[in-house]
Amino acid sequence: MVFNIEVNDHTVAVDMPGDMPLLWAIRESVGLTGTKFGCGKGLCGACTVHVDGRPVRSCSFALSHVGKSKITTIEGLGTQGEKLRAAWIAEQVPQCGYCQSGMIMAAAALLAENSKPSDEDIANVMTNLCRCGTYVRIRRAIHRAAED
Amino acid sequence: MLEQMNDVSLSRRGFIKAGAAAAVLVAIEWPAEGGTESKVIAGWIRIAPDNTTTIFSNTSELGQGTSTALAQLVAEELDVAWKDVRLEMAPLDDAHINPFFGEYATSGAAGVQYQADMFRLAGARARAMLVSAAAQRWNVPADACTTDEGFVIHAPSKRKIAYGKLADATAAMAVPDKPALKSREFWRFIGKPMPRLDIPDKTNGTAVFGIDVKIAGMKYATIMQCPNFGGSLKSVDPAPAMAVAGVEHVVPMKSAVAVVANSYWTARKGLYALTPEWNLAGASRDNSKDYRARLNRSVAGNGIAYAPKGTTTEALAAVHDAAMAKATRTLEAVYEAPFVSHATMEPMNATARPYPGGMELWLPTQVQSANRVSVAKLLGVSPDKVIVHTTLSGGAFGRRAELDVPLQAAEIAQKIGGPIKLIWSREEDMQHGWYRPAAAIKLAVGVDEDGNPIAWRFETACASIAEWSQYGAGRLPAGAVDTRALMGFFGRTAPAYALAAPTFAWTRADAGVPVTIWRSVGLSQNVFAFESFIDELAAQVGRDPIAYRRQMLAGNARALRVFDAVVEKAGWNEPAPSGHARGFAMGFWNGSLIANVVELSVSSVHEVKLHRIACVADCGLSINPDSVAAQMQGGIVFGLTTAFLSEITIEDGRVQQSNFDGFPLAALAQVPDIDVTVLPSDEKSAGAGEVGVAAIAPALANAIFAATGKRVRRMPFKQDGFTLI
Repeated sequence: MVFNIEVNDHTVAVDMPGDMPLLWAIRESVGLTGTKFGCGKGLCGACTVHVDGRPVRSCSFALSHVGKSKITTIEGLGTQGEKLRAAWIAEQVPQCGYCQSGMIMAAAALLAENSKPSDEDIANVMTNLCRCGTYVRIRRAIHRAAED
Repeated sequence: MLEQMNDVSLSRRGFIKAGAAAAVLVAIEWPAEGGTESKVIAGWIRIAPDNTTTIFSNTSELGQGTSTALAQLVAEELDVAWKDVRLEMAPLDDAHINPFFGEYATSGAAGVQYQADMFRLAGARARAMLVSAAAQRWNVPADACTTDEGFVIHAPSKRKIAYGKLADATAAMAVPDKPALKSREFWRFIGKPMPRLDIPDKTNGTAVFGIDVKIAGMKYATIMQCPNFGGSLKSVDPAPAMAVAGVEHVVPMKSAVAVVANSYWTARKGLYALTPEWNLAGASRDNSKDYRARLNRSVAGNGIAYAPKGTTTEALAAVHDAAMAKATRTLEAVYEAPFVSHATMEPMNATARPYPGGMELWLPTQVQSANRVSVAKLLGVSPDKVIVHTTLSGGAFGRRAELDVPLQAAEIAQKIGGPIKLIWSREEDMQHGWYRPAAAIKLAVGVDEDGNPIAWRFETACASIAEWSQYGAGRLPAGAVDTRALMGFFGRTAPAYALAAPTFAWTRADAGVPVTIWRSVGLSQNVFAFESFIDELAAQVGRDPIAYRRQMLAGNARALRVFDAVVEKAGWNEPAPSGHARGFAMGFWNGSLIANVVELSVSSVHEVKLHRIACVADCGLSINPDSVAAQMQGGIVFGLTTAFLSEITIEDGRVQQSNFDGFPLAALAQVPDIDVTVLPSDEKSAGAGEVGVAAIAPALANAIFAATGKRVRRMPFKQDGFTLI
């Protein structure tokens, strides 16, 4: 079945089964690989994208549920993303970098709701997993992005 | 518009073309290890007409930042502007091996440690050649020329020319043998926190990991392996998978079945439709409870004795027994560690494309040379017919030093006769890893009347990495000791503490579960035991744990510098805030030292809250101190996950955990600020990737003891009821 989904302001036709998670449609059909596969069960957050501005773990969100929602991925984060990227680079956050797209997407959603988050706010929202252990720098980078 | 963005095969062809037309490889002579062999010529540096300078790394970028450090070393001597520096993986050939391994490989924190001088020399040689080229062009003496940020300058005539305009002229030039290296006061890159070259692409989704590789005509494969270790595939009916629209092949393999389809999701649906029959003859039927009991029984003093180089087991035993005879007290304790998974965030994957007579692979890997040889053997071709491209790795930690996944990808691609990307599910990754060995560690010591240790015994029981992994490939001779099982007690990972009259022993105890190197190898278990035991010992003999350790470090200035720095940084000599307690531990890895002080509090129901971790590290000369600090922070988080939270357990030969719900990783909320000081040092650069893991579990256990009086001797601590909040 063909689903016309809107990703980063482009409409893309995806001819895949409706139970396919949005993650795989984005990666394989749309061809944007910044959104990562980590666990397939919504546990790690590497696949975080925005669906109508809200953070969603795309490995557990069926293609058939997308409908007319606007999907934003790390590649389409735009101006909102620039601040976070600058902070991520200034704090030299990434190590392997695999989780960082999801981290930045989660952080962008956080800052959209709460422009000056406390450590506790960050801890409550940033539940994505990082095996390299970049959490200390992620916390610093979010504060830095919030101050800019 | 987006379909071809990661088509690496296209971009590679593009690279070769662009390389021929637009950029020139500066030929650098690379001395073969050993000295007297014939020398090989290889390209390590490519300078484009616009002065863009590409430095080739032979060390996989796993997140540890080594590729940037290697670029800093070259850039320093070459004298280029940092903004012009780019990174690329060196091709897999004899000219680009890491001489420490004699292979193209990345492990053991060896990327900088054993290659720093060579990369500096490569930069210096290229610079000397560029200076010669300018001097010839201007007809001036070379020693009248200087360089700055990618230009050769002849001050007397006020002339200046970009390296990019000289690179052509170096092609036919003899490579200078030993050009002078820059003296330290002129360093601009070495020892400076240069921004990592791989980081910008990791913030915008453009970084290409193995799982992101896309080649023309590629299909997606996924795999189910026999759930019992050591079992094999008896039979499988492909029909249920083939009935799923989009599934193209069912590929039975020796101990697995793979499905190939037009998407990962479709392949996975097809795979889960199958009901393979497994042959469990010879497979593991072990379970963690029994295995744990076996490990504990195996440290009862009957292990195979080990003697480090330069001594004998008999000599050690004689000295030990004589010292022990004078002991007024003996103390012993057994510590335990479970199997743990590497759990890289990027699940296992490999991309393979067959071509007539060979195979081309795109791999997130730590062991390119071994991948090439093993795939060649599988296919029955010579190694030069196997082409390996290195992608970024989404974490590795030792897991990508094993050969299984690339071999599977090559086999599937060969069988279907076309290119595939094999992606493992997280469940497959969790249940078919090569784990850190589960271990029992018994430490025993005799002390004199003043409470000072005078005779030590180190005894461990675990499976043999040398038996299991490609590193030993079953080559551990009968009666020999796998020294990885005793890491942290002797040799290059020995504690800096004076350890009187030691003996060492190991017992091999196997559960049929594959094991391999796991970040810090033996240190994560053995230093947990050792630094916990010193704390126990200090408590038993009524001494302050810090003063007791300091006395054992007497005479070791380098260790004392680290020790004193962390004690001061953590404010150890001031009382901890009300309700808080502190714990200390040190770790050592081949020239690198780390010391941590953890400050935590423990609730009445044993919820542990970490407040602060102070860390001081001395890794010799740090090429990039900020990268070293990041490795310490990361190693500490890696270690605290393992200390508290995660373990792999076996029931009837099968792993019981399947994803991050059963094998949790520490999350941001559980990680306090980790304040790292990297001490400046003139010692030779040592590795940073491993040592960070070594000293966190015991610092946590020691702090829990200080807070509660309860001694945790088993990882993960959740088994003793301590949860991390």
